[in-house]
Amino acid sequence: MSKLDVSRRGLLRTGAVTGAGLALPTIFTAQSASAFTNDPTGGTVTLGFNVPQTGPYADEGADELRAYELAVDHLNGEGDGGMLNSFSSKALQGNGILGKKVEYVTGDTQTKSDAARASAKSMIEKDGAIMISGGSSSGVAIAVQGLCQEAGVIFMAGLTHSNDTTGKDKKANGFRHFFNAYMSGAALAPVLKNLYGDDRKAYHLTADYTWGWTQEESIKAATEALGWETVNTVKTPLAATDFSSYIAPVLNSGADVLILNHYGGNMVNSLTNAVQFGLREKEVNGKNFEIVVPLYSRLMAKGAGANVKGIHGSTNWHWSLQDEGSKAFVRSFGTKYGFPPSQAAHTCYVQTLLYADAVQRAGSFNPCAVGEALEGFEFDGMGNGKTLYRADDHQCFKDVLVVRGKENPTSEFDLLEVVEVTPREQVEYAPDHPMFAGGQLGSCNPGA
Amino acid sequence: MFGLDKRDTSLLMIVAVLTLFAPFILNPFPTGSGLAQFNAGYPDLMQRFVIFGIFAIGFNILFGLTGYLSFGHAAFLGVGSYSAVWMFKLLSMNVLPAILLSVIISGLFALVIGYISLRRSGIYFSILTLAFAQMSFSLAYSVLTPITNGETGLQLTLDDPRVLGVTATADGSIPVTNLFGLEMRGTYEMVVGPWAFQFNMGYYLCALVLIAAFYLAIRIFRSPFGMMLRAVKSNQQRMNYTGLNSKPYTLAAFVISGMYAGLAGGLMASMDPLAGAERMQWTASGEVVLMTILGGAGTLIGPVLGAGFIKYFENIFSKINDNVLHGWFAILPDGLEDFIVFVVHPFIGKGWHLTLGILFMLVVIYLPGGLVEGGQRIAGWVRGNKKPDAPQSETKPAE
Amino acid sequence: MDAFLLQILNGLDKGSAYALIALGLTLIFGTLGVVNFAHGALFMIGAFCAVTVRKFLNLSVETIDPERTDFLGNPLKVKTPYVENWFGPEFGGLIIDWSVPIAILFAIPIMIAVGFIMERGLIKHFYKRPHADQILVTFGLAIVLQEVIKYFYGANPIPTPAPDALNGVANLGAIIGMDLIYPVWRIVYFCFACLIISGVFAFLQFTTFGMVVRAGMADRETVGLLGINIDRRFTIMFGIAAAVAGLAGVMYTPINSPNYHMGMDFLVLSFVVVVVGGMGSLPGAVLAGFVLGILESFASMEWAINLIPGINQIIIYLVAIVILLVRPRGLMGRKGVMED
Repeated sequence: MSKLDVSRRGLLRTGAVTGAGLALPTIFTAQSASAFTNDPTGGTVTLGFNVPQTGPYADEGADELRAYELAVDHLNGEGDGGMLNSFSSKALQGNGILGKKVEYVTGDTQTKSDAARASAKSMIEKDGAIMISGGSSSGVAIAVQGLCQEAGVIFMAGLTHSNDTTGKDKKANGFRHFFNAYMSGAALAPVLKNLYGDDRKAYHLTADYTWGWTQEESIKAATEALGWETVNTVKTPLAATDFSSYIAPVLNSGADVLILNHYGGNMVNSLTNAVQFGLREKEVNGKNFEIVVPLYSRLMAKGAGANVKGIHGSTNWHWSLQDEGSKAFVRSFGTKYGFPPSQAAHTCYVQTLLYADAVQRAGSFNPCAVGEALEGFEFDGMGNGKTLYRADDHQCFKDVLVVRGKENPTSEFDLLEVVEVTPREQVEYAPDHPMFAGGQLGSCNPGA
Repeated sequence: MFGLDKRDTSLLMIVAVLTLFAPFILNPFPTGSGLAQFNAGYPDLMQRFVIFGIFAIGFNILFGLTGYLSFGHAAFLGVGSYSAVWMFKLLSMNVLPAILLSVIISGLFALVIGYISLRRSGIYFSILTLAFAQMSFSLAYSVLTPITNGETGLQLTLDDPRVLGVTATADGSIPVTNLFGLEMRGTYEMVVGPWAFQFNMGYYLCALVLIAAFYLAIRIFRSPFGMMLRAVKSNQQRMNYTGLNSKPYTLAAFVISGMYAGLAGGLMASMDPLAGAERMQWTASGEVVLMTILGGAGTLIGPVLGAGFIKYFENIFSKINDNVLHGWFAILPDGLEDFIVFVVHPFIGKGWHLTLGILFMLVVIYLPGGLVEGGQRIAGWVRGNKKPDAPQSETKPAE
Repeated sequence: MDAFLLQILNGLDKGSAYALIALGLTLIFGTLGVVNFAHGALFMIGAFCAVTVRKFLNLSVETIDPERTDFLGNPLKVKTPYVENWFGPEFGGLIIDWSVPIAILFAIPIMIAVGFIMERGLIKHFYKRPHADQILVTFGLAIVLQEVIKYFYGANPIPTPAPDALNGVANLGAIIGMDLIYPVWRIVYFCFACLIISGVFAFLQFTTFGMVVRAGMADRETVGLLGINIDRRFTIMFGIAAAVAGLAGVMYTPINSPNYHMGMDFLVLSFVVVVVGGMGSLPGAVLAGFVLGILESFASMEWAINLIPGINQIIIYLVAIVILLVRPRGLMGRKGVMED
């Protein structure tokens, strides 16, 4: 053992000789020269787009990347300008951000917290990214949001639907445009009441992780407020591929509505299995059995094929909307890529423009200044009507869509139809609502 | 030196020099150039190289010496990370107690799992370890969320107690991990002409730990204990017949390698205080197996090389996109440029898995001894086609 | 009671997939002594045979319908599959509808070919190499195969429904006077699996070829000394194992929409199944497949989850641990196989 000790000291000595001059004065970070992390000094500014490129959400990530590229084009004055024309704020000139040309780097989150953070870190440390955006799951969004808070850059969340992102895990440097589980519940409930009445027995199948739980909680609260009864809530493992053993008990449970709190591959499989078991043709308590999928996406609808027909759910945005902003975005996206954008693409595109606009208005890339410009910012022309970035929790408040699987799709993208646009007032909630309680924004961190 | 023979001393010296000068070595290209994409000399990736190097060295002590192929080693890494983050939440942001606790806890965890799993050998042992790790992962993701924070991963919040530290800093943010005041994320940037080299506090802590871990591994490989483990691998039955009970030795090796994994987990959490459940998934366990075999199982330096190889691909290749490609080949005529981008496209960015898979296969097919064998062959050519004399450390990959 | 019976059916159904994959794995391991981590990928390729056949049948001629417009306001292009043009909408539609059963015809030769190429091109060189190398190279191959599929088909699941006639539910309980509703296609899947499994067993048991293969599994060297070209027969067995996995994949597509990583989802589970059954034992693999399938279904019932929270997440692994501790070589394993 004594030998070991000597050697360790010896090693430390060798290490110290080489490292002394370099490693020791590192208490002062490199960025201390400027006021915040990755202050863009040259003629360009770098944004980091961190999306799933491998794993089950890779297609969604690919659509997000397309939207980011489009947004960068528009910011740099290329293409037809898209939503810049309909956006209520006219600060952006189409000459980059604050006159700096926008460049971007991309990374792969693999839909894993660790990998997503590694990728975001490399963007911040190596490529000098001033803002990180993206993500296709709440776990990843929250993990990367935490990282951006520590590193002192702005995080503009992509697709993340959990209440926690702007609830108990909210961060001063993080902003979310996408809607959340509470809003899904608030928007869906009245429609469900009209369609299915107020005397229903609901059975929940819920993906067994945090996003699933917050959605189950939200939908349960919203439907119970209507007078619905919740018969049972069952958690399904994330890794489950065959849901038959969870669907089978629904048959004899006395429930007449099945609510699937699943996303992505889970939702495709659970819905397919539910339809297989003949739930849609079933009659219970003298009523038609119904299935509800609170969070819909076009890619999921595509995966589930004909099974989605007539099934209701909510989305953040849909390309068939006819307002000026949506039309402009669909036109630029469709012209460039040949098919309409998904809701994930929309939120990512909008987030990028909103960030750029906030920088422009603040006159600085400093995260604190940008954050201030975004807080309480009210805008229009981005596809969801009048929208507010609430200062208390950095959540956007806007109209929410209730959609239904289309009976006679005209193309492989035409899978959902908008049933109702639920106005913003109806989905608003107090910042200290119990479903969102427990966290604090903290103070903004510019990094240096 | 240090009780090592000449060859091992020089190996240790090489590792020490490589790790300590990594910020230079891994940043060969000027920052502004097109090839800067291939630079790996930024703190996060360097930390990862070193941490996964430690993980793989530890794994190799079990697999390379005894031949027991554990398919659940990531569980120990995960447990280590969780312990460390809990230490940051409850005690203080000093990394030392966190790392100590993670080593101890994962050692205990390894003792329990090892004790049960080592009752079987061969593939039955592998499946037992796999089963334990998958159970840990599934439970951490769901039922154990109060301890692990499930999907999101355990992270620090503004209302953690931190009895020996502060709950929040004066300006209202979460304090950062440090070693007696030296912040782990502190980075000193040295600009030399077009190059920018980053020297990160956290990286140097990891690097020193790696050198120590590597030294310890050499000592284990060369000790009577290591000899005993090799005996387990070559013929356990004969060993038992001579009246030796091999179980305590294999169990000790299992626990030591579990502690290495815990050390890696603790360091990982110290560099970035978040512990995700995916760290325990079978793919993560598989990754360390791949690292070790790819580098050269049973060799000292192999696992470190393998770890670097895989992490490099994951972090560098996944970030190359079409835009970057067009930038590189912009000098070519338009048609040719598009064609080359089209050909290269499937292998970069979202296709990095494909490239990695192909390289796995090539290495395994043509270099049965892993990257180490590749190095030896090259060295052999350089010395004029002389057959390289295999170093003592080389042993046959285990079954 | 109904609930139990239903879960047994579910278990048999899940077990069918496990058993088919595990059977192939064991065949390859028993004959060639190779641990094939690419076996899940073969399952996945089988599923994508079905997707491809459906895609081909859906190849369409585009006609412009000036009455309607697409999302950009251009005239809508209406697609009519060629088969509908050739055979009339009625019969053409029927062919498309039956694409999954039709895919079986294509999948068999394709999968056997894939198996041959894999064995001759890659696995052959690994007979004498350590199991760890075999695992690594086949794992690499699995990644490559799955990335290639992802490149062409994307990461999103692709709906591949069963024929309408087999899409509904049947009341199985009618015979015994109970209400036991179960999807028809799942019943088809189970019967199909039984058919394949008994086919493989009969082939090994009652044909000369099978006899030689069994002899080779027991003692390869002696069979070789008798002047029998055992290698060629083993290659054929590899093709058969690939076909079994592929057919399992084809028939699985209507149950769950296939995606490129479905093979990996099954890979680890099927290894657990093989080991629980006992390395190298064909009946063991089948038995373990069904047992684990049924236990998995039971564990997802409410009383089980209430009893032990999280049991539905870990049941397979827990059972594997218990069985391996009680029976050191799995349910039906032989001594000395893969134990060193």
